Formats: sequence, structure tokens, C-alpha cells
Amino acid sequence: MSTSLAIEAVDLRKRYGDVEALRGVELAVPAGSVLGLLGPNGAGKTTTLRILTTLLKPDAGTARVAGFDVVRQPASVRARIGLAGQYAAVDENLTGFENLELVGRLYHLGRRASRQRAGELLESFGLTDAGKRLVRTYSGGMRRRLDLAAALVAQPPILFLDEPTTGLDIRSRLALWEAITSLVAGGTTVLLTTQDLDEADRLAHRITVVDHGVVIAEGTPDELKLQVGGDRLEILLADGADAAEAERLVAALGDGAPRVVDRTLSLPVERRRAAIADVVRRLDEAGIGIEDIATRRPTLDDVFLKLTGHAAEDGEGQS
Amino acid sequence: MRARDELSDMLVLAVRSVRRIPRQPDLLIGFTVQPVMFVLLFVYVFGGAISTPGLDYVDFLVPGIIVQSMVFGGFVTALGLAEDLKKGLMDRFRSLPMSRSAVLTGRTLADVSTNVIQLVVMLVVGVLVGFDFKTRVLEILAGIGLLLLVGYAFSWVFAFIGLTASSPEAANALGFVILFPVTFVSSAFVPVRSMPGWLQPVADNNPFTVMVNAARRLFVDTPAATDVWLAPVWSVGIALVFGALAILRYRRVLAR
Repeated sequence: MSTSLAIEAVDLRKRYGDVEALRGVELAVPAGSVLGLLGPNGAGKTTTLRILTTLLKPDAGTARVAGFDVVRQPASVRARIGLAGQYAAVDENLTGFENLELVGRLYHLGRRASRQRAGELLESFGLTDAGKRLVRTYSGGMRRRLDLAAALVAQPPILFLDEPTTGLDIRSRLALWEAITSLVAGGTTVLLTTQDLDEADRLAHRITVVDHGVVIAEGTPDELKLQVGGDRLEILLADGADAAEAERLVAALGDGAPRVVDRTLSLPVERRRAAIADVVRRLDEAGIGIEDIATRRPTLDDVFLKLTGHAAEDGEGQS
Repeated sequence: MRARDELSDMLVLAVRSVRRIPRQPDLLIGFTVQPVMFVLLFVYVFGGAISTPGLDYVDFLVPGIIVQSMVFGGFVTALGLAEDLKKGLMDRFRSLPMSRSAVLTGRTLADVSTNVIQLVVMLVVGVLVGFDFKTRVLEILAGIGLLLLVGYAFSWVFAFIGLTASSPEAANALGFVILFPVTFVSSAFVPVRSMPGWLQPVADNNPFTVMVNAARRLFVDTPAATDVWLAPVWSVGIALVFGALAILRYRRVLAR
């Protein structure tokens, strides 16, 4: 991976009336990597994205995309980016082919090259047959794929994806993830906003968490998870087992105080395998039955909850 | 941005707008069935009750009602712009290295082609119900040119409305509420002299009356109360003022 930055934002600020949407956002995305921009609704994700894609001017701060200033050199930025949005911005009353051809013409690729590129993209997104149909007959997943295809018409080195899979079923989501992964393998830099932490975990090399218009955490998914602690053993005790006795017995085996909720005993551990053997042996000796035992790694949900004080889905207002 | 690219963007977006029309049957009805319905209603239902001294009512009506349909032809622009804003297509266009103004100029240009369709449909129906040109070919051609110019000017009024309204539905309603009275308090459907005294100066000074009188002069050779040349002057003025307003509005809307 090259060390040059494909996207760089310094102290971005934006105010809407009394609301400070951005209060000094900083971003750095190395070329060829994927940055996941996470945050609840209203955190400033979409505002940041709109500034980076030249749709909105910041009140203060600077941003460079592909080395060009988004405020002073917007045309140069636009020639090097692709944007796919959460609202699937394609024309419902055109066919899939016509949509892609239109975008190609507006990139000034010329008629023949636009048509050829439209055909290629429809094929690689599995839309060749659907390409002759009006988009209003498409399913949600097909629209998103077409939207992503439209963002790729000019083969941009940098791609901005605004909640690309929000509202999609699992199958469409997997298909879209696969498409994005193969683009990244081909060297495309991606900035992705999402509320879906699973998505960020799968796709992003690094994650930036924003809340109330500022960056509150930054790191790889693993680094962020480490911030909320290590693995936990979760032991489901058999019906009628003495939970208090079990709690006392395993206390010395973990790397923190155990907790009991109903019949589930939760124990922080650092060395999982040894701990599992110890716990099972100790409880078995004491005649305490175990129904199930599992290890749980912290998820980005845990990270999010800890950092923002609320879960990813229940934000306040739209950004 | 090179001039060639600007022009190409405008044409590409105009073609896009035109392509969409046959795929929206409700819009297509707006262009074809609705104006025909108006012609038939006025000729056969109201016509007998309206007295137009020195002229058959159908000859009086057809130029006026065509001007009205040209004025309303721009509603496609209002609907289209409001829809592009709502659906996020405006963002897509603006993230492309294309001409910014083409989003508006392409739309209004597309209206010219749909206005041509309307014009043909209405002239054919008009002739079928008894309308008769009473002028020479050059005057008729000048009249057709004027009608298209009027339509183009009002497309900019609708562009402004489409960018101001909160939704495509609101754009439609707003356009109707604003322009319907303007077209009716005029010489289009009844002689201004048949209106109450207080309303006559309003109707006389309505730019729409100026346009209708000019069209009537060029098609059926009635003496225009005002100079024919005032009609294109008004049209260009409206296009310039509302073009500027639409562009300002466009910038404002997008800064959000």
C-alpha cells in the first residue's frame, strides 16, 4: 500500500443555522484502503461525505481528494471520484442501460465508449438482461447494484459509498459486499459510511467513528475492539444450578470479576482455551450442570455502545 | 468547461428528459388528450354562450388556447426538477465533471420538443373542428415561432417553481394555482370587453393577453390591441428574469 493519502480532511466545520453539524472533522485515507465512517444518525457522516464529493462547501477547514482541494479544484475532484448514495440515485424512467450510458455521456466519454462501458458494467453486475428494462421495475438490490455501477462508469480511483446496503436483504447485501471487495482488490480507495457495524467490520481496513460532528475514535476494527476489552466466556448453567456458588467457584479462573444474569455466567478471559478447560472442570467437580458454553469476542456494536453511549441504530435525527 | 462539453451536456440531458415522457402515461395524457379536451369543451360547450363579434368563436379560441397550452407545457420541467431533487439524481449529476447549468438548460430545451407535439396536436384538432387560418404562410410561421418562444419562457417559470416547491406534487399544484388565473383573466377565452369594468385593465395589461393577441393577429388577422412585437419582448423578459431566479434558487437549494 502506498503511503500517499487519497482523501484527507483537516478541521472540517459546517453549521446549519444553530446546529453545528461538523465541529472539526479530521480524516486520512491512504490510497488503496477502505475507511469506514461510522456514527449514529445526525453524527455528521453524510455532511462530511457531501463536502468531500464537492456537493457542499465547508464553512471552515480544508479537504483534499486525489490531491485536489475540494473547494478550489472541484472539477478535478469530480473527474476522479464515483459516488453511490443511500437513495439509489438512478432514473426510474430510463432503462438500466440508458442510465449508465447517460452517466458516461456526462463524463464526456463519447457515445460509443459510453455504450460499451454501460454494457460491460451491466454484465459485471449481473444486470445484462435487466439492462433493457425500466429501472422502476427493479428490486431494491438491483437498483443499488445499478447505482454502484453508475459510480464506476469512469473507473474512478476513489469511491464514496453512502450507506450502500441500508435496507437491503441479506443476499443483495452479500452481492454488493463482494462487488466492493473486488474493487478494492483492484486498487480502488473507498470511503464508506454505514450504520451497519458488521458491514464496517467486513469491508473497512480502518474505522473512524464520528458523533456530534467530531471524530471520537479511529483505528482498525481490532484496535477498536481491544478498547472495550478482551474475550468473555459465557456459560449457560443447567436449570436449577446454584448460580451464586458457580460465580464463587470460577472467580479465580478469569481475568476479571464474573457476572451472573439469570442463568448465564459471564467471565472475562484472556487465554480462552485454558480458561474453558478450567471452568468446565471446576463446575463439574462441584456438580453444577452446564447447558452451553460459548466465547464471545467484543463486536463493533460493543465498541459503538461504549463510545457513543447508545447503540448504532438509535440515533437522533437525520444528518 | 469547454463550450462543446456544455452543449453536449445540455443535449444529453434534453434527450434524457424527452425519453422519459412516453414512459409516463399520465404525462403523455397531459400533452395530448388534455389540450384536445379543452378545445372540444370550449368550442362545443361554452362557445355558444360567448359572443365574439366579427369572428367565429373557434377562430377566436384556437390561438388563445394554444398559447395557454404552451404556457402549461413547462410543467414537465417543474415536475422533473422536483423529482430529481427528491430522488437524489441532482446529487449524482453534481458529482460528475459536467456543466452545472445543463441540468436546467437541458430540461427547458426538452420542453420545446414536447411543445411542438402539443402544437401539432392542437392545430390538427383545431382545423378538424373548423378553425381556419386567415393569414399568409410567413405570418403563420412567425406565429408558430412565437408560440414556441412563449412556451420556452414559461418553462423557466416552471423551473423556478419546481426548485421552490417541496415535492413534485406541490410543484404541480403551485404551478396550477399561480398560472391558471393568469391565463383566464386574459383575452384567451372571452373578449376582455365582456368582463366587469374593474377587471378589464388587469386583463388588458396581462402579458398573457399580449401574447394571445399577437398569436391571434398572426393566425386570424385580428387587429392586435397591442403591438405584436411586445409579445416576444415579454417572452424574452420572462425567460431572463425567471432564468436568473431559477439559477439562484438552484444554487440555494443545493447549498443545503
